[in-house]
Amino acid sequence: MQRFIFWVPLAIVCLLGGLWLYQLTQPKSDFVRSQVVGAKLPQFELPAAMQGVLPLSSDDFTDGKPRLLNVFGSWCIPCREEAVFLEQLKEQGAEIHGIALRDKPEDVAKFLADYGNPFARIGADMEMRTQLLLGATGVPETYVIAGDGTMTYQHIGDIREDDVAMLLEKLEEAR
Amino acid sequence: MIAEIGLALLWMAAAMALLQFTAGLMQFSSRAEDTAPIIKPASVAQGALTLAAFAALCWLFWITDLSVLLVANNSHVDKPAIFKLAGTWGNHEGSMLLWVTILSLAGAAISLFERRIDARTMSATLAAQSFIALGFFAFLLFASNPFERINPAAVTGAGLNPLLQDIGLAFHPPTLYIGYVGLSIAFSFAVGALVTGKTGPHFARAMRPWVLLSWIFLTIGIAAGSYWAYYELGWGGWWFWDPVENASLLPWLAATALLHSVSVLATRDALRAWTIMLALVAFSMSMAGTFLVRSGILTSVHTFAVDPERGAYLLALMLFYTGGAFVLFALRIGNVSAGKHFNFISREGAIVANNILLSVILGIVLIGTLWPIAAEAMGERLSVGPPYFDKTTVPLAIIIMLLLIFGPMLRWRGAREDAGGHRLPKLAFAALALSAIVAITLWIAAPQAGLLPILGLAMAAGLAVAAWLPLAGRNLARTPLPVWGMVIAHFGVAVSVAGMASERGFSTETLAALETGETKQTSAGPITLNSIMPVAGDNWTALQAEISHTANGQQMTLRPQIRYFAQPQQQTTEADIQTMWNGQIFTAIAPVEGNSSRYQIRIWWKPFVTLIWYGALIIALGGVLAMVGRSAIWQRLRKRLQQRNSTGGYAKPKAAGGY
Repeated sequence: MQRFIFWVPLAIVCLLGGLWLYQLTQPKSDFVRSQVVGAKLPQFELPAAMQGVLPLSSDDFTDGKPRLLNVFGSWCIPCREEAVFLEQLKEQGAEIHGIALRDKPEDVAKFLADYGNPFARIGADMEMRTQLLLGATGVPETYVIAGDGTMTYQHIGDIREDDVAMLLEKLEEAR
Repeated sequence: MIAEIGLALLWMAAAMALLQFTAGLMQFSSRAEDTAPIIKPASVAQGALTLAAFAALCWLFWITDLSVLLVANNSHVDKPAIFKLAGTWGNHEGSMLLWVTILSLAGAAISLFERRIDARTMSATLAAQSFIALGFFAFLLFASNPFERINPAAVTGAGLNPLLQDIGLAFHPPTLYIGYVGLSIAFSFAVGALVTGKTGPHFARAMRPWVLLSWIFLTIGIAAGSYWAYYELGWGGWWFWDPVENASLLPWLAATALLHSVSVLATRDALRAWTIMLALVAFSMSMAGTFLVRSGILTSVHTFAVDPERGAYLLALMLFYTGGAFVLFALRIGNVSAGKHFNFISREGAIVANNILLSVILGIVLIGTLWPIAAEAMGERLSVGPPYFDKTTVPLAIIIMLLLIFGPMLRWRGAREDAGGHRLPKLAFAALALSAIVAITLWIAAPQAGLLPILGLAMAAGLAVAAWLPLAGRNLARTPLPVWGMVIAHFGVAVSVAGMASERGFSTETLAALETGETKQTSAGPITLNSIMPVAGDNWTALQAEISHTANGQQMTLRPQIRYFAQPQQQTTEADIQTMWNGQIFTAIAPVEGNSSRYQIRIWWKPFVTLIWYGALIIALGGVLAMVGRSAIWQRLRKRLQQRNSTGGYAKPKAAGGY
């Protein structure tokens, strides 16, 4: 009995550890009501995230065409998961701009080489300032932006298989 | 060049840690005693090398070397010098380096100054300490290199975030880190003692100053963090049970319990297994405090995005060390000879009861902090808020206060020499009677304060007197400093709890919706809204109200603001806080919906709220006294003074006053 008691702390550590590791592998998806929906896209101007891609500014969203804006990072694991669905969205006619968060050009290049590049433009947000302006709570997040620059939908967390059709619909609504 | 030197120093320090660990392993696997002389110098070298690497990083931030990636990302040429320096640890890589530096310095300090424990236990302790360091050196060198260069160098640097330029925020993390990492020594001592089986009073005496030191820093760090939240976040609260706050509270609870049980082990040779387990738990909680929040597992306003891969690495390291230590604990603790036994009604018994209660509170806070994760794993989303924590921890805290009144008055081991068995001191009962009188008076005079605040104030009143009772009948000049430390720390608890209970039970809120120039008579005194003027800051504009208010015959001008941040469009209220001897006036304004010229004014009167933080400082002061009193220098000084007093015939006991 006494011997058995001495293993209890270890059992607690294992239990908590298992829980944390499980949590770490779960993609974040928060059904939080967005505060920015309906607001105009804030003013920002970001340099290109790597050589060979176009830089991104808020003026790139105001030519009348609805677009998706995806906030990602090469270091973000759920972003890898969602890359294939961004690719599908692009194939079905969505134009996607990206913002790479706290990233190095060579890491972005490697990420795009490994997981595909669905983006028309990619801006680099080194200090996460634009992320704050956008009211993004983490990565990845995806915004539907109407042709006049109004944010009409905020998708928190990674895009999953079921979300593709939904996002296309939101884009259609924003037209 | 300096960045490369810094990196090289870090590699050498890691090599020193590896050397200690291998030497330690050899000593305990093949019983080759001749590796022992390597370990101590290597640990001193590791401390010096890591300190030099940290100094190199500080220097890079000081001169703003923008060819270093970390500096370019987190500093700016136009930053004030002090914030450039504080920028060294205001980021992930730098704070990890600071963490490892404190860890290494602590190891070096015990190998230089600790002579009370035997050589084998010391070797095992240093091997454990270096083994912890090794994991974090690997993390720094392979996954978080602070000295990485960029080419081309940045021009101005990217870190000019005005929000982070706050002197309090700059020095808050190092304070907490010393507290967290100081407990690593307790952990390593416990591991060393488990390896050699020498878990007696010597081991406890060696461990005690480190527990005390960490505990002092944690106490100050938590109090400062709480005041910052009160001051900056507004809403008048001083503790929000936020995961980050809880993460600093958990090691403090464990350290408080450990501090008491290690004293029992040092003076009475009891509670061996329990003390060792607490030492392991305390540092495990410290690691959880540092990394759980940073790993992005818990969602909190304080959590900054750190990538999950690094988070996973840190978590794995933490689980590895914690799990390993508890495996060792389970395997070896059965071999540790049992300590001395004692009666339940004795000083030891009271300390055991205090330990159990503190551990239960620790468990409650841990469960409350982690429950959202567990619930999410089961497919449910929820958050655990203050009502849970308040309802569960406050009654336990009141029982702890009761123990604090009686415990220090009980005798060690139940004083079997007294024929009557144990003797509960009458004076403690008198203090308890004072508590009862206060409780009944408050219950009749102000029942609206609520049961728990009334009980809190009553216990605080009793403890404020009872805390000093252990000095009764003693020669004050000859009373050892650690006893003074205990008395003062316990008095600090009474002061702090009085502040908490008074804030919770007797705060009053006065509301008035006024137009400019209008005056309203309220029960708290007249309130006049003189003007609403626009003011501007760095990245915000604000409407600042000027309010005349007379409370208790005192005329004052209050200037709360509504701040508007342009991007993202956000509105915050910036409170005006006026401190008086008996409390604070906390004022906030808000616009009235649908009426552009009226403003809603809220004035809170928070009686004696400042006692919360003064009490915490008194607690820390008690810790400092106990620490000084146990230091070798002080004991030598004291002995010399006493000798002089006993040889010089005319010496009065007062001569040694000033203790």
